Amino acid sequence: MTKRIKVLTFGWEFPPHITGGLGTACYGLTKSLMKQGTDILFVVPKAYGDEEIGVIDASEVVMRGEHASPERTPLRLATSRAEMRVIAVPSAIKPYTSAAPPAQAVEEWNYVIERSAPTPGSPLVEKVVGRKYKFSGSYGPSLLQEVLRYGEVASAIAAGEQFDVIHAHDWLTYPAGVAAKKVTRKPLIVHVHATEYDRASERNADPRVLAIEKEGMQRADKVIAVSEWTKNILVLKYGIKREKISVVHNGIILKRKKATAGGAPRLAKYMVTFLGRVTYQKGPQFFVEAARKVLEKFPHTHFVVGGAGDLLPQIMERVAALRLSSKFHYTGFLKGAQVDQVWSVTDVYVMPSVSEPFGIAPLEAIRAGVPVILSKQSGVSEVMPHAIKADFWDTDALAAAICSVLQHKALAKVLKANAAESLKKITWDTAARKLNKLYHEVHARTK
Amino acid sequence: MRSTQERNESSSLSFYFQVHQPRRIRHLGFFDIGKELSYFDDELNGRIMRHVAKNCYEPANQMFLRLIKKFPQTRLTFSLSGVALEELKQYAPAVVESFRALAATGCVEFLGETYYHSLAGLYDSQEFVRQVELHRQAMKDTLGVNPIVFRNTELIYSDEIGWLVRNLGFAGIYADGVEKILGRRSADHVYRHADDDDLRLFLRNYSLSDDIAFRFSDRGWKEWPLTPEKFTGWLEKNPSADRLINLGLDYETFGEHQKAATGIFTFMKKVVASVARSRRLRMVTPSEAMQVLPATDKLSVPVPVSWADKERDLSAWLGNDLQRDAFDTMRSLVTKATENGDSQALHSLCYLQTSDHFYYMSTKHGDDGRIHNYFSPYRSPYVAFIHYMNVLTDISLRLKKRRKVEIMRKREVLKRASLREAITQ
Repeated sequence: MTKRIKVLTFGWEFPPHITGGLGTACYGLTKSLMKQGTDILFVVPKAYGDEEIGVIDASEVVMRGEHASPERTPLRLATSRAEMRVIAVPSAIKPYTSAAPPAQAVEEWNYVIERSAPTPGSPLVEKVVGRKYKFSGSYGPSLLQEVLRYGEVASAIAAGEQFDVIHAHDWLTYPAGVAAKKVTRKPLIVHVHATEYDRASERNADPRVLAIEKEGMQRADKVIAVSEWTKNILVLKYGIKREKISVVHNGIILKRKKATAGGAPRLAKYMVTFLGRVTYQKGPQFFVEAARKVLEKFPHTHFVVGGAGDLLPQIMERVAALRLSSKFHYTGFLKGAQVDQVWSVTDVYVMPSVSEPFGIAPLEAIRAGVPVILSKQSGVSEVMPHAIKADFWDTDALAAAICSVLQHKALAKVLKANAAESLKKITWDTAARKLNKLYHEVHARTK
Repeated sequence: MRSTQERNESSSLSFYFQVHQPRRIRHLGFFDIGKELSYFDDELNGRIMRHVAKNCYEPANQMFLRLIKKFPQTRLTFSLSGVALEELKQYAPAVVESFRALAATGCVEFLGETYYHSLAGLYDSQEFVRQVELHRQAMKDTLGVNPIVFRNTELIYSDEIGWLVRNLGFAGIYADGVEKILGRRSADHVYRHADDDDLRLFLRNYSLSDDIAFRFSDRGWKEWPLTPEKFTGWLEKNPSADRLINLGLDYETFGEHQKAATGIFTFMKKVVASVARSRRLRMVTPSEAMQVLPATDKLSVPVPVSWADKERDLSAWLGNDLQRDAFDTMRSLVTKATENGDSQALHSLCYLQTSDHFYYMSTKHGDDGRIHNYFSPYRSPYVAFIHYMNVLTDISLRLKKRRKVEIMRKREVLKRASLREAITQ
């Protein structure tokens, strides 16, 4: 019997406050890890007070000296001896924000980083021995500054805890992971769910974020990429050694299919959906161009743009310039049940992402019984052998694929059936098993 | 001889006030489509109308009634959109009463316009005629007046619109006195339509008008503070018997765009009083001006002009693709609803023709962009566009459903007929 591993995890959101794929991923992974007997100490950068399990306010964490950690209620799964504790750090770190000029933007769902650098020489954190460390809890002067402050608190938390491995999810938590490793000399795993190159185009990538990402990966003992697609980016763009990177594909939590959602309008015989943040990364512009070509053959098709983002105004203007606005429908940011409602009126879902590290939305579409067309530049296409795939820029191929699915009911049926079969294998349990193996490997290596 | 020596030294002055409020649509989201919800936020419309009535229409009407009583030589001109009139009746009936009182003084003229404050003059002469007649009827029924001078939505004017208006029996029309149609000629004359001698053109002196409408409370303006004496002095300059200064303003300038605290009411009261006393100025309504002033020059306006934004063209409503696509979609729906005979959908589409809906979708920046934002109930032009299009989608869905029901019904009738035939055979 192998030793039980205890992992200090620097995560993201925690249910019920999940705003993106990353929160979902952290949650799924953690649950499966516990099922497999791994203990988790989960640190999240924000607490709302109504999380599923009792969270501990890290502003109660005492810096150095007097150790007066408050009572913490552990979570146990009935099926496992493993336990998890969640420590929430009130902080301004938000993966997505809505700060945008009100007159022009519809809604912004992307990272926003202030372009001004912190004043040189000003201390990032005020450290007073023995004094309680308080985070502002509101939007800080700069996201980057908050990320570094979060790192400082991490080392304080790490110093007071017992664990075997550190696991940091995405760049916002890399400095925390690195700091924790420094204090405790425990092995560090960084988990790359997305890179700056995916989020922004090559030109718009923030050099400071790139630097944090690179440093995190270099200081780590192991790097986990969510797909071969992402692994290649890490090798080519960040210069990380191929052997240091392991691919662990995401899973999906199979919820029982809800009773017919209803609520969304069936506007035409054929409805094609784009769903996700309307940003460069997600390729909405290619969706529009493909739609234009589909309409030449199937003029009665309607298109749903489900989501919001900085590219939405541009997309709306392009559609209007093509005089196709009456065929396009913009839902704005979709909340919980609304997603299922959109699936219930979707004939085919298209994910034309320019660079998609993994992509959970297609799996959710499949779960809801919707045929999917994926860009080849996505991680999810690696685990969906039977899905229709096309290069994101090849709008002819995208359009042809959409048309075939709309035209041939049999094709749609086969796609759905095959995809549902593949879906059974894409589980967080599979991902957790791979992870556990890696935990043991790095743990054994550093002992 | 018409003029005495003394009259030769006085200019004519006309005040024209625009009264309009749109019927704003509700925030209809994607998931609201097909749920048979109402399209208009009448709670908001009522709230805004009551607010503007209290701050502007009521006090301004009372002020002018008092002025007319004191100075019977006062002359005022109003244009009330049909939509505004409807909302006034519903939410601020006292204002309708005071407009009736103004009409009864004989010192006030009311203009004709499209009932729905629409852009119909640009694309559908039949629809334009229908809306103008509807407005004419409303003015007659509500205020007992019969307008003979016209002003098109947002002072949109072209030769073609002038021709349409002339054929509807109007004797004059307003336009904005912009350089691009006047060249070096003055706006302060009565002009004639390019090919129709019987249609008079009244051109707004936008510079003097905007001194009140936009600049009155602008502390950065070199003429601030604008006193009644100073402004009357400007009006009195270069008096001439054939000069007509047309001041055209949103009526909401008084107490709404310029709040009461800025002193706008006192200012206006004093301006009217000193103009009434001035020997160099005399107030006229446009139909009086037509009687007494010569109209020697013709003015040709082949491309439509308006009073909006610095471009003074149609770009405030149809300047970007969002606006044009929404506009075209609306128009094609009107055709479909007409074919379909869906009177309820057609009724809604009337209010959706109001120019304000397209104004909200403008993506202009700078000063004009700020003015668009000031008037818009939406936080962005894109949101305005989405809600407007969602309403159109809902109407289109409704028409589809009706068509389906109609087809089913016809099929049923045919089936029964053939069944009867089979039995009788």
